[in-house]
Amino acid sequence: MRLSIEFSGGLELLFGKKKQHSVEVDKKEIVLRDLLQWIKENLLKERPELFLSQQTVRPGILVLINDCDWELMGGLDYKVEDKDELVFISTLHGG
Amino acid sequence: MKECTRCKTGRAVVKRPKTAEMMCKPCFYHVFEEEIHQTIVDNKLFKAGDRVAIAASGGKDSTVLAEVMTTLNQRYNYGLDLFLLSVDEGITGYRDDSLETVKRNQEQYKIPLKIVSYEELYGWTMDAIVAKIGLKNNCTFCGVFRRQALDRGAMLLKADKIVTGHNADDIAETVLLNLLRGDISRLTRCTSITTGTEDALPRMKPFKYTYEKEIVMYAYFKKLDYFSTECIYSPNAYRGYARNFLKDLEAIRPSSIIGENLHIQQETLSKIPEQGKCSRCNYISSNPVCKACILLDSLNRGMPKIEIADEGEKVEKEVVPTSVHKTINF
Repeated sequence: MRLSIEFSGGLELLFGKKKQHSVEVDKKEIVLRDLLQWIKENLLKERPELFLSQQTVRPGILVLINDCDWELMGGLDYKVEDKDELVFISTLHGG
Repeated sequence: MKECTRCKTGRAVVKRPKTAEMMCKPCFYHVFEEEIHQTIVDNKLFKAGDRVAIAASGGKDSTVLAEVMTTLNQRYNYGLDLFLLSVDEGITGYRDDSLETVKRNQEQYKIPLKIVSYEELYGWTMDAIVAKIGLKNNCTFCGVFRRQALDRGAMLLKADKIVTGHNADDIAETVLLNLLRGDISRLTRCTSITTGTEDALPRMKPFKYTYEKEIVMYAYFKKLDYFSTECIYSPNAYRGYARNFLKDLEAIRPSSIIGENLHIQQETLSKIPEQGKCSRCNYISSNPVCKACILLDSLNRGMPKIEIADEGEKVEKEVVPTSVHKTINF
């Protein structure tokens, strides 16, 4: 499946300073929990502890699925679909 | 798809940490702005004709603050003259970039911008300070200087008040840090919505009850132009730990951010030194000479190490703690 993944709010620094990632995930189906691991293995360039903590995103990172708060979409159990747009925003950087 | 709990028609896109309500974009904007308006009204933060300087760093909080202040000023006819006020610490590759954002905000919100720099006020940029003292304690200098720089800039603007983008999460962090440092004096002051009423310009925090999550969501949905990069000189590790701890608590119980049942016994309060004025620069200070003058002095004399006693560093000979507050003898 083809996915659009965006990192912002300073999170892009962990992903080679690149915000927009258009990726092909070689899976028929995948839940968000497993996609996070896929991102860690395939996109993350440094300091994984600043992105993931105990199998989920680090507290303070907001996740949007197709422009909707992931807390309304089932969170980690969300079944990712082809052409989904995922956005990860760090709130941990200066204001 | 989940339905908005407020209007029952729109598609819910955000879950509010404060109430767990699910809201569509228009309802979210509405309640977000109205709650801030309510905070402003309930606490009588402004009166018509006030000249209000918005402390603007180009980051998410101050950008949303500029947006919300201009929106509410128009919607409710507050009658405020708004200004953007930025401090240029002189940090190449960090502040110069974020100041570009503030310059764009000036155009977007059509309010005048004033930038004051450490270089013009103190004769030192942060680049020069770091070159001199290295990466330890540099945040102390920056923090102390920024506080005064904002006041001085606001005075140049003839402002009556300063508003800052400090949000509920920031205040919770500061409470925790002041507890850990045992700084009762700051602990009592840090949750006030208005500070510095006596001599310094009053500072208001209209986002006192606003969650960081909602500020970021608001900025994201409204596609606001903000800058988010960590300062190149500041890992600010200690605050970072406090922040992570609070985010972990928030994940379990979101209301821990707002929890404001902080009462300090009267007996303890009476022991806190009163705030007076610095004998050198007249700025508000709990000590005869303010922290900024002391730091500046040490920089100019080329021995900055002696002044950092209250950051958990070793207290060296010239520094004699005499009370709850560390006092520096001359």
